[in-house]
Amino acid sequence: MGEWADQWSAEGRPNIWGTVPTVVEMQSEGGAAGALHGALQAGSLSTTFTASQGLLLMIPNMYKIAGELTSTVFHIAARALAAHALSIFGDHSDVMAARSTGFGMLSSASVQEVMDMALIAHAATLEARVPFLHFFDGFRTSHEVAKIEQLVDDDIRAMIDMDLVDAHRARALNPERPVIRGTAQNPDVYFQGREAVNSYYLATPTIVQNAMDKFAKIVGRQYHLFDYTGAPDAERVIIIMGSGGEVAKEAVEALCASGEKVGLLQIRLFRPFPVETFVAALPASTKSIAVLDRTKEIGATGEPLYCDVVTALVEMGQADKKVIGGRYGLGSKEFTPAMVKGVFDELKKPSPKNHFTLGIVDDVTHTSLDYDPEFSTEVPGTVRALFYGLGADGTVGANKNSVKIIGEETDNYAQGYFVYDSKKSGAITVSHLRFGPKPLHSSYLISKASFVACHQFSFLERLDVLKCAEPGAVFLLLSPFGPDQVWDQLPRTAQKQIIQKKLKFYVIDGYEVAKNTGMGGRINTIMQTCFFAISGVLPRADAIEAIKHSIEKTYGKRGESVVKKNFAAVDATLENLFEVKVPEKVSSLFDIRPAVPAQAPEFVQKVTARIIMGEGDDLPVSAFPVDGTYPVATAQWEKRNIALEIPAWDEVLCIQCGKCVLVCPHAAIRAKVYEDSVLKDAPAAFKAVPARWKDLKDRKYTLQVAPEDCTGCTLCVQVCPAKNKSEVKLRAINMVAQPPIREAEAANWEFFMNIPDTDRKILAVNQIKDAQLLQPLFEFSGACSGCGETPYLKLMTQLFGDRLLAANATGCSSIYGGNLPTTPYCTNSDGRGPTWSNSLFEDNAEFGMGLRLAADKQNEYARELLVRLNGAVGDELVQAILTANQRTEQGIFDQRERVKLLKEKLAGNTTHEGRDLLILADALVKKSVWILGGDGWAYDIGYGGLDHVLASGRNVNVLVMDTEVYSNTGGQASKATPRGAVAKFAAGGKPMGKKDLAMMAVTYGSVYVARIAMGAADQHTVKAIMEAEAFDGPSLIIAYSHCIAHGYDLANGMEQQKAAVNSGYWPLFRYNPDLVAQGKNPFQLDSKAATIPLKDYIYNETRYTMLVKSNPEEASRLLELAKEDVASKWKLYDYWAKMPVNGGEQK
Amino acid sequence: MIDLSKTIDLSTTYLGLKLKNPLVVSSSPLCEDVGNIRRMEDSGAAAVVLHSLFEEQIEMESMELDRFMTESSGIGAEATTHFPELTSPVRGMEGYLKHIEACKSAVQIPVIASLNGISQGGWLDYAKKIQQAGADALELNIYYIPVDANVTGEQVEQRYIDLIRAIKNTVAIPVAVKLGPYFSSPANMAKKCDAAGADAIVLFNRFYQPDYDLEALEVVPNLMLSTQYELLLRLHWIAVLYGQVKADLALTGGVHAATDVIKSMMAGAKVAMVASALLKRGISYLDALATELLVWMGEHEYDSIRQMQGSMSRNAVPQPAAFERANYMKVLSSYAMR
Repeated sequence: MGEWADQWSAEGRPNIWGTVPTVVEMQSEGGAAGALHGALQAGSLSTTFTASQGLLLMIPNMYKIAGELTSTVFHIAARALAAHALSIFGDHSDVMAARSTGFGMLSSASVQEVMDMALIAHAATLEARVPFLHFFDGFRTSHEVAKIEQLVDDDIRAMIDMDLVDAHRARALNPERPVIRGTAQNPDVYFQGREAVNSYYLATPTIVQNAMDKFAKIVGRQYHLFDYTGAPDAERVIIIMGSGGEVAKEAVEALCASGEKVGLLQIRLFRPFPVETFVAALPASTKSIAVLDRTKEIGATGEPLYCDVVTALVEMGQADKKVIGGRYGLGSKEFTPAMVKGVFDELKKPSPKNHFTLGIVDDVTHTSLDYDPEFSTEVPGTVRALFYGLGADGTVGANKNSVKIIGEETDNYAQGYFVYDSKKSGAITVSHLRFGPKPLHSSYLISKASFVACHQFSFLERLDVLKCAEPGAVFLLLSPFGPDQVWDQLPRTAQKQIIQKKLKFYVIDGYEVAKNTGMGGRINTIMQTCFFAISGVLPRADAIEAIKHSIEKTYGKRGESVVKKNFAAVDATLENLFEVKVPEKVSSLFDIRPAVPAQAPEFVQKVTARIIMGEGDDLPVSAFPVDGTYPVATAQWEKRNIALEIPAWDEVLCIQCGKCVLVCPHAAIRAKVYEDSVLKDAPAAFKAVPARWKDLKDRKYTLQVAPEDCTGCTLCVQVCPAKNKSEVKLRAINMVAQPPIREAEAANWEFFMNIPDTDRKILAVNQIKDAQLLQPLFEFSGACSGCGETPYLKLMTQLFGDRLLAANATGCSSIYGGNLPTTPYCTNSDGRGPTWSNSLFEDNAEFGMGLRLAADKQNEYARELLVRLNGAVGDELVQAILTANQRTEQGIFDQRERVKLLKEKLAGNTTHEGRDLLILADALVKKSVWILGGDGWAYDIGYGGLDHVLASGRNVNVLVMDTEVYSNTGGQASKATPRGAVAKFAAGGKPMGKKDLAMMAVTYGSVYVARIAMGAADQHTVKAIMEAEAFDGPSLIIAYSHCIAHGYDLANGMEQQKAAVNSGYWPLFRYNPDLVAQGKNPFQLDSKAATIPLKDYIYNETRYTMLVKSNPEEASRLLELAKEDVASKWKLYDYWAKMPVNGGEQK
Repeated sequence: MIDLSKTIDLSTTYLGLKLKNPLVVSSSPLCEDVGNIRRMEDSGAAAVVLHSLFEEQIEMESMELDRFMTESSGIGAEATTHFPELTSPVRGMEGYLKHIEACKSAVQIPVIASLNGISQGGWLDYAKKIQQAGADALELNIYYIPVDANVTGEQVEQRYIDLIRAIKNTVAIPVAVKLGPYFSSPANMAKKCDAAGADAIVLFNRFYQPDYDLEALEVVPNLMLSTQYELLLRLHWIAVLYGQVKADLALTGGVHAATDVIKSMMAGAKVAMVASALLKRGISYLDALATELLVWMGEHEYDSIRQMQGSMSRNAVPQPAAFERANYMKVLSSYAMR
C-alpha cells in the first residue's frame, strides 16, 4: 500500500484536492508513527500503512494520537507476530495487541470492502476525532487479486466533509494561535483527563454507521457495524471478523439452502464495541454462539472477540445463550467452509468444546475440532484453476493479468491468490484462480481444480501437482517432450491421476517457443495463452486480443520491443500446443522422489520431510518443539535439483586456488586434501589429483560439486582464473547439463563428504588456498541463486563456525538462514557448529550483545570457579586454562583438550561449585559472537542499537551484508541506497547519497571497521574478517553484497563488485585501533583511486539504468552528483590514510 | 591584410544542403551533447552528423529491463517484486528525437541524424520519427558483420539495398549511406546504393576491431581513434567512384589536417568528415582547420572548393593506373629496388 502511494506520488498523481501527497519512508514503523503524529499535530491529513511487528512499534505513538483525539486512519494488513517463530502471514495478533490504544478498529473482509471501509474510516475519523485502525487479513485479503468496483474521486469528495477537514486543521499546532499539547500530569488530574474523552467514544459507533449509510447512498453498498447473514430464525450463529467472514458466509448460505438454522454475524466495528447494537444484530432465536478469533491470547479467559461477546451478552441480560470460542487461521492457516460446518456441528452438541482450535490437529491438549474436509461449497460453474510455476518465471504476473482480463473483458467475477514457498532460489509458486458468474466469497485455497497447469516439467518428480485436479479436469504441462513422447517421462503418480481422473492432457514446449520468439527464458505469456485457448473462459480470438491488450498495458512502459516480442510469443503459441492421447495403462518405471533420503535423522523423516512435500498442514501439534528450538543441519537432506547445469571440474587445468569454493553462495562446491589411502573405496567416476601444497605434496586433492544442491549460478566459473590454453572459453570448472551426471556425481559427493577434513591446525586459515579446505558450516541455503551475501556467511562459518554464536536481524539472511522446512547452519564431525537465532529486525545488535554478555559473564564466573576449585582441579591445569592463548587454531584446540580434562576431573565433584563449573566449562573456550544483518537493519531500523553496541566496547563482530536496499521485502530504499539508484520509495532515483556507516563507526576510534568486497579483493576479505574477530572489542564489517534487486545477471556479481571498487564507489579499507599502539596509522586504505568511470560500474545495473531510460535528464543530474560523492569520499579516505598517528602534520 | 574568407569560396553542397564549407563533424560521442553541437557550429562546422541511434541497443536494453524486472518478481510472499514500476515509459528513441529537436533549435547548420541497425521492421519507424523530429538528413550506418559463413556476399549486399530502398520509400529527407570497405567490389556496391536511391555515400565506416587481452585471455572491445594513414584508403575509393555515381560522396576516417580536407575534395568528396581529430584536439580545432584550409587555398591560388572537387579523381589524373593494380606492382618493385 505504501509502495503504491509512493509510486503514485512519484508519478505526480494528485489527490482530490488536486495536490500530490507527500510520501515519506522512515527508518522504522516507530519512526513513521512519530512523523505521522507530528504531521497530524501540525494539521495535515495523514495516514500510514503497516502490519505485524511494525504495528507494535507504533503502539506508543498510537496512545498519544488517540489520547489527543486526532483524526487519522492506519491501514493494517493484519499479520501474525513473531513468537516461537517468525511468521509473515496473516492473522489478527498484531491488531489485537493494539486494541487498548484507544484507536477505533474497523474490519474489512474482502478486497472490495478494503476499499470501501478505508473511505468510511477516513470519513468517520474526521467527525468522531477517534483515530482508526482499518484492518483486513494480511495476504489472504491484502494479496488477493479480485474484480471489484473501484471508488472514484467523486465518491471520495462526497464522503469527506470539508468543514471537518477545516476543523482538523484548526486544531493544529500553529504559532499564530499557539496551544500546548503533550503536557505531563500528576496524580491529581491525569485520571480525570483520561476520562474526558469518553463522550467521543460513545458517539463513535453512530458516527461510523452514519458514514456507512452515507456511503451506501453514494456508492450503493450498505454496511453495518455488524452484518448478519443466514436464517432469520437461526439457532446457531458464528461470530467472526475479517476474511474468515467471507468463507463463513459461503458455508452459511450453503447450509441454509439445505435447511439448517444457522447464521453468521460479521463484526465490522470492533472498537469501540457497541454492546447494544451488537446484541440487537443477533437473531432473537439464537441459542448457541461460536466466536472465532484469528489470534491467540495465551493465559486469558478467552480470545478478545470471544471475551467481548460474552461480556456483551451478560451485560445485556442474555447470559442464557451458550457461547464457545475458538482460534483459527493463525499465520494464514487455511480456513475453509468445511471447518465452518465443523463449528456448526459442534454447536449442535449438548456440551460443545470451548476454547477450541480449528484447522489443525491438537493431539496434545486436544483443543482441535474435527470436521469433514470433503464438505465443499464451491459454486458450480466456477472455473477453478491451479498454476504451478517457478518464482521468477513470470507465472504469477501472467495470472494476475488473466484475472484482470477476465474481470474486465467478461461479466464474470475473478479472483487470484498466490502461494509461494520460502526459498529464494528455485521457489515454487502456486496460483489459485477462480472465475465465475457469481460473486466469489471463497477466501480459501482451491482444493478441487478444473484446470491444472504445471509450468516446470521438473516439478513432476518433486510434487503431486495433480492431487487437487477434479475428475475431468484439464491438465496443461510445459514439456520439452512432445505429445508422443511425454507419457513415458511422467512419474507413475502423475500417470495414475491422469488415467483415473480422466484428465484432458495438453503439452507445449514453452521454452522452445520462447526461444524462437525472442523471449529468452520467459514463458509466462505463452502459458497464459495456452490457458485461455484450452479453458474456454473467453472465445479464442477475443482472448488473444485481450492478452495482447494486457501485454501493452503491463509491458508498454518497458519498450516497444518487449511488447512486440510478447505478441510474437502469443501468436506462435497455439500451433505448438498439443493434446496428448492418454494411454489406458500406467507404464512409468519411476515415481515422485522421496522428500529426503532414508538415512536422514528421525525428526527430518517425520517432520521436515512432510513439510517439504507440502503436507505440513497435516502435522499434529505433538510433532513440534514446544519452544521453537529445532535441530540444525537439515538443509543437506533437501535435495532440490534445481540447476539445469552444474559445474564440472577439469582436474588437469585446476590450480587449486580455492576461489570457486570461496564464492559459491550455497557451499555446493568444496575441496579436500586427504591421504591417498582414502581412494581405495572411491566410486569409479571420483576424481583426485596430487595436492598442490608445498607441505602436503604426498596427499590428494579433490574439488567436488554437490550436484543436487548447486543452483547453477555460475559464479564459480566466472571467478576461475585457470583457462584452457587451447580453448580459452574452457576453465578449470565448466557448466555441463546436470541430469546425465546427477547420479554419478551424487555418489561422488557422498563419498567426498565421508573423507575426513584436513586438520585445521596445519592450515594457514587466513589464506584462501587453505581456507577452501575448512568445512563450511553454512550450506545449501534457500538464498537466491548467485546470492552476494552468503559467501561471506559461509566464510565466517569456515573460520569460526565451531565456536560461533550468531544473532541475525530479520531480513534475507534470517529467511534463508532460518525458514523452515530446512535450515543451512550445520555441524562439523565433532558436532560443533554455529548456534543461531533471530530475535527481531530492530534489536539485533542488542540481542547479539546479550549473547556476548552472557558468554563473557559465564567465562568470568568459570574462571572464578577455577580459582576456587584450584585444589580439586590441580594448579597446573587451572593455570594452563587461565593463561591459555586462544588466538590460533592450535591454541583453541589445546584449550578444548584442557576443558575436556577439566570435565573429567569434575565428573565426580558433587559440590555446588563443582557442578557449576562442569556445566560452564565450555565457556572457557573462546567464543565468537557475530551480529549479522542487512543494510535495512544496520543503517535504518537498528542503527540506534547498533551504534550503542559499537560504543559499548564489547567484543562483538558485526557483519553488515550491504545490498543497498531492503532485499527481503522487495527492494525498498534504505539509507544505504546510493544516489541515483531506483528503489521502492525512490522510484524517481534516490536523491540523496548513501550514508557512510563505516566512517561513522571509525570516528569512535575504538571500533575495528572494514569495508570489504569479496569479488574485488578476496584475500582482503579474509584478512578483514580474521582481524575483526581477533580484535578484542567491537568490530564492524560492511560487505558489498550483490543482489537480484540490483537487476543484472548475478553470474557477473563478483565482476560487478570489482567494478564498484575500481570506480572508486566502494573503497576498501580497514581501521584497526590496535595499530595505534604499534605506532601505525589505524586507517589503512586498501584500494586505489578510481581507474574506471563511475558509469562503467553503475550502468551495468537495472536499478540505475531504469532511470536513464525513463528520465535521462534526472539520471544525468544524479550521475554528476554521484561522481562528486565518489570524489569527495575518496579525498576524505585518502586524507585519513595519510594522517600521522600521533598528531603532527600530514605529509 | 586580405580577408581570404571573402575572396575564397569554401562552400559546397551535400545531400542537397548548401554548406558554408566542406567540414562536417561525423558521428561520435561528442555529438551527444547539445552544448558541443553549438560549439561545433561556433568553431566553423558546416554540418553535424549526430551520434548513432542503435536499433539493437534500444531493443536489447528494453528486453534486459523487462528480464530483470520480471526475474526478480514472484520470488516470495513478502517480495512480490523488487523494483518499482517505471514512473514513465522508457524513452527508447524518444531521447534521441528530443536531442534532434534540441540541436535543431540550438544551431543554424544542418543536423544529420544517424541510424545504426540491420533490420527493416523497427528501422523504418525510427527513420520516420527522425524526419518528424526535424533532422535535415539521415545517415544510415548499416552495421552488419556477416559471421555466418553460409551468408553470401550477394545476400549481404541485397540486405543493404533492400534497406536503402525501404528507407527512401519512407522518408522525404535526403539519405546518406555509410559503407564499410569490406565489399568484394566496393565500387559496384556504391553503384548499387546509388541505384537504390542513396543521396550520398559515406566512405568508410570504421568497425570496432576486438583486441585480445593476453593476461586475462579475453577478447576486449577496442576502438582506436583514426590516424591520417587511414585517409589513403578513403581517398582511393572516392577517387575511383567520383563521376561513376550520382550520389554525393563524403569522406570520413583519417581527416586530421587541412591538407587532408583538400585531398578529400580533390579526390571527389563533397565534404570531409572529422571526429577523431576533434576527440584528440578539441572542438575548436575545427576553426584551425578552416583557417588552414583558407591559407592553403590562398597560397595555392584556389578560388573555391568546387574548383578542386574531383580534380584528382581517377579520371582526372594523367595516370588512372595509379588507382589500379599496376600501381600496386610499381610500389612493390620500387621497394625491391632499394
